[in-house]
Amino acid sequence: MSDDHNHGTELVPAEPIENPGLPEHLPRPTDVDPVAEKRAERQVATLFGLSGVSAVLFCVSYFAIGKRDVFIGIEALQLALGTTLGLALLFIGVGAIQWSRKLMSDHEIVEYRHPAASSEEDRAEALAALDQGIEDSGIGRRPLVRNSLLGAMGLLGLPAIVALRDLGPLPGDSLEHTVWRTGMRVVQDVDGRPIRPEDMQVGQLVNAEPAAFFPSEEGEEPEVPEHEILAEKAKAAVILVRMQPDDIKDQERAQNWGVDGILCYSKICTHVGCPISLWEQQTHHLLCPCHQSTFDLADNGKVIFGPAARHLPQLAITVDSEGYLVAQDDFNEPVGPSYWERG
Amino acid sequence: MRLLTRKISARLSARRRSRLAAPAVLILGLLATGGVWAAVAPAGADATGPNDDQIQAGRALFAVSCASCHGLNGEGITTKKGNNYGPSLVGVGGASVDFQVGTGRMPMAQAGAQAVRKTPVFDDDQIAELAAYVGSLGAGPAIPEASDYDYSNGNVARGGQFFRTNCTACHNFAGSGGALPKGKFAPSLIGVSAKHMYEAMVIGPQQMPVFSNGVLTPDAKKDVIAYLKLQEDAPSPGGFALGSVGPVAEGMFAWLVGIGSLVGFGIWITAGSARVKKTKKGADA
Amino acid sequence: MADSVATTNGTEPAVTAKANPAAAVATWADERLGIATATKKQLRKVFPDHWSFMLGEIALWSFVILLLTGVFLSLWFNPSMGEVIYDGSYEQLKGIHMSEAYRSTLEISFDVRAGLLMRQMHHWAAMLFIAAMLVHMMRVFLTGAFRKPRELNWIIGGVLLLLGILEGFAGYSLPDDLLSGTGLRIADGLVKATPVLGSYMSFFMFGGEFPGDQIIPRLYTAHILLIPGLILALIAAHMLLLVYHKHTQWPGPGRTENNVVGYPMMPVYAAKAGGFFFITFGVTALMGGLMTINPVWRFGPYNPAEVTAGSQPDWYMGIAEGLLRIMPGWETHIFGVTLSWNIFLPGQIAPIALLMVVLAYPFIEQWITGDKREHHLLQRPRNVPTRTAFLAAMITLYGLLWAAGGNDILATTFHLDLNTITYFMRGAIFVIPPLVFILAKRWCISLQRHDKEMLLHGYESGIIMRDAEGGYTERHLPLSPERAYTLTAHERPEVYAGLSGADANGLSAPKARLDQLRARLSKAWYSGDVQKPTVAELEEAHHHAELEHAHDAPLEGHAADGHQFDGRHEVAGEELTQKH
Repeated sequence: MSDDHNHGTELVPAEPIENPGLPEHLPRPTDVDPVAEKRAERQVATLFGLSGVSAVLFCVSYFAIGKRDVFIGIEALQLALGTTLGLALLFIGVGAIQWSRKLMSDHEIVEYRHPAASSEEDRAEALAALDQGIEDSGIGRRPLVRNSLLGAMGLLGLPAIVALRDLGPLPGDSLEHTVWRTGMRVVQDVDGRPIRPEDMQVGQLVNAEPAAFFPSEEGEEPEVPEHEILAEKAKAAVILVRMQPDDIKDQERAQNWGVDGILCYSKICTHVGCPISLWEQQTHHLLCPCHQSTFDLADNGKVIFGPAARHLPQLAITVDSEGYLVAQDDFNEPVGPSYWERG
Repeated sequence: MRLLTRKISARLSARRRSRLAAPAVLILGLLATGGVWAAVAPAGADATGPNDDQIQAGRALFAVSCASCHGLNGEGITTKKGNNYGPSLVGVGGASVDFQVGTGRMPMAQAGAQAVRKTPVFDDDQIAELAAYVGSLGAGPAIPEASDYDYSNGNVARGGQFFRTNCTACHNFAGSGGALPKGKFAPSLIGVSAKHMYEAMVIGPQQMPVFSNGVLTPDAKKDVIAYLKLQEDAPSPGGFALGSVGPVAEGMFAWLVGIGSLVGFGIWITAGSARVKKTKKGADA
Repeated sequence: MADSVATTNGTEPAVTAKANPAAAVATWADERLGIATATKKQLRKVFPDHWSFMLGEIALWSFVILLLTGVFLSLWFNPSMGEVIYDGSYEQLKGIHMSEAYRSTLEISFDVRAGLLMRQMHHWAAMLFIAAMLVHMMRVFLTGAFRKPRELNWIIGGVLLLLGILEGFAGYSLPDDLLSGTGLRIADGLVKATPVLGSYMSFFMFGGEFPGDQIIPRLYTAHILLIPGLILALIAAHMLLLVYHKHTQWPGPGRTENNVVGYPMMPVYAAKAGGFFFITFGVTALMGGLMTINPVWRFGPYNPAEVTAGSQPDWYMGIAEGLLRIMPGWETHIFGVTLSWNIFLPGQIAPIALLMVVLAYPFIEQWITGDKREHHLLQRPRNVPTRTAFLAAMITLYGLLWAAGGNDILATTFHLDLNTITYFMRGAIFVIPPLVFILAKRWCISLQRHDKEMLLHGYESGIIMRDAEGGYTERHLPLSPERAYTLTAHERPEVYAGLSGADANGLSAPKARLDQLRARLSKAWYSGDVQKPTVAELEEAHHHAELEHAHDAPLEGHAADGHQFDGRHEVAGEELTQKH
């Protein structure tokens, strides 16, 4: 290459080693040996052929293998479709690469670069055209027109934002309340069984919900409408735990909030809201599986580890006339993750 | 249906006159009475309950294998600092023994954050003897009968709901286990027998909370076991399960298998191929 | 020779093909579209060959696979949060209340043949898409390919990575299973922690209280229309700029700043790139068929009162998850408002700051080095020790946070203590990356020194010579000119010394301080670098070698100088000589 010696300016020390230029092109076996060439050709054609076979096998598997068939503990249809499709695609790819490596011309070619910038003349011309345009519009001479246009364009942003107002309602105080209220039974999740203190043993954990999520009688609708249950559950889910009354540390905030060592806490982590129920019955620690915030349920739900900043809210419970556990009232603080106006 | 009963009764009335009818009815009656008794009796747990021989044998085993930690009479040993060296076994019941010893957790091979599942040291008879002895120390949950954890009629879908509500937080969505604070962990549930699962829910071993029959009914427990056992046996729908531990393993496989193999292909695509030194005369064009 | 016409280093120039049926089609098209002018250069456009240039292609092809499989999935997926009772073929969930979105995901997985295959391919391709973007970006960073004139393409790439991550998160959330719902729950917590606007943003996002019945249809629109549209447009811009700038190349014999050497687009790169597409597609299909990913049927429908151990996001959110996990529980209650540093810092500030650093990097480096020239030749990572070490430190930080995001899985897999891992990570992210930086920098510098040694004294031949006194030395042999040139084909750095004298006096105080900072940074940037040898050094070394050689020669007793046996030269038929 004759153009390789023009780099480097005079100020920089001379390069210690001259650019020797592009190396000589050496042929491949397939370029010089007709036998190798034929072999490579057959190889490529075989790969393409195998791809075709796999594609056909994919279709055969699709219809021939039953949905319930099993092979080595895996559903056979999935296995067969994945393997045949994968091979059909892979063989085409490998064949094409092999073709390019063995049979296509492998002479390297050289292309010349140009600076990314336009030439000086082009730039001058473009600037002149731009100036001419600005001049002709008179935007520089008529600030009133320019400024009023800019103002109008800016105000157009307002409708764009205002129109999104109905994305959702305003929070109001809805984050501060749950469906818990005085006398609402604490029932087991899934089957809605009400719970008597004597049903619970020391060391017991019950994942519980307010009774309002379950129909009071067979065939009836629950008090909370079906479509609101998930949103309410995201705040009202609780856990009941029973420990030795002696183990419970001084409860300043929560005098008489439990029944015989049974305490009820919010299940919603005060960090970012994962439901927590990894309760260690011996240490009384409750671990969140999402980010490992750990709360001590024997000590007012205090944070003892992890990224959560606030203690776990406790629900005051008592026993109703039929002997079932009920809430004394709603939570006395917002449950779940923090937010600005929470205070 | 009615046709069928009519046929059967017709046949029966024909056989009633047979000479063998009377003895057959007698035997049937005896068998039925015995069967009903066998089915009802275990609820009391006395009829088939441990006898004194078992308790004595259990006491001997206990003294050799367990007493060094749990005390000669199972009263527990407290360290000077007031910690439990081995907890008291008074009132833990036979179910606890069957679970802890039957899953190989006890005797513990070494002190640690938590006892781990191993090959059991004792055989079934010895476990029964130990359970009988510890059961005699104070009332506690007895070893459940086979009918208690017979999950063949369990409602799988409902079991899944109970499982996801009560169990997945610690044991993971596929029962593969998960981490607890301070080096403790919730063990994998794969390969655990139905009996041991049932016992674990009733007794709440180690850090696991109790799920008493008063709240999580025996039927609900069977549903959970049925769900887990079905998951264990069901074929994997999507290929190899990659350990069923969630997105962390998936990410690792995406990098190792996916990016690894594709970079490998990329190296092959751009690698120089074999060259020959001498050009064949006139062939190169 | 006209500048723009490709040449060849072969013995004969490329020959135009004879007229064929394709030409007739081409003519027909050209008469209507005028494509000949546009394509005459592009068809033989040159692409240099190197494995690291294929990484971006993995990302490109993964995106194509995502489009194809995504269209398939959208034929059945129903992005609705309306509640239904499941009655499909998966026994374990029969009769359970769930959303339409989850039900249709189960339908795709169990009732549509090849549906699960496509779903898993889509998910694997998404993981590969972002992983490939990241490794591609690391390649560009390490080799300095982001330098002028390619800074804008670097920024486009950075935005593509961000969009890819958002797109992935939206897709992860769509099936409405327990895992994706938990992810949304955490997203809700992150949004609520925003100062002042948090709860409003959350209510607008979810159409009311979490989880509401709006989020999945909204994410669906973002996932299949908005974000892919943006990604597609940016990929187009990325590729157009690639074509305009022409590909960078490694320095080497005949390869300069003014040319690009490689294979033509037609046919070699068409075959290689096209073949690689099929290979990527095939690997994805095999992964989709053989490896379970996101078994939604095991997670069950979303229920805000349920959670599973091992609730993690997909890998690309791993560092955010890790930051969230190791952050101490700091929260400020002041003037009746709550500031959740424990969520706000790791969840919002850190990712934005990280992205800003990534996007601004080319300009930061340019400011420090003062290098405003165009660059088309790549740099070997060892020749820019500070940058390489910076990336090594960043990768370490990334890896540590990633591990922190999976601390529970690490704890169970390796029987470690969860709490200890977290405490360790809190310190490690500040201590280990700087250590890695120092280590990587020293490593690069010693590699540079090794290069210089080889240039001056030759490579180690492995041949031991015994001299007259009985001492042993290893014979060094000079490098081939090609190799020697390649090793020296990089620039001699110039440290920015800061303005001085009259120039400095003219600066205001803050500007002067900034200038001093720049000079200090520039000095640190190049500190320790080993310069390639000068012409004089090289000549002196060669002279020295020849003397030594002459001194050795009579003692050898025969003419072999050893290089015939070093495995790099063909022995047969080669004349034994003392000249190299």
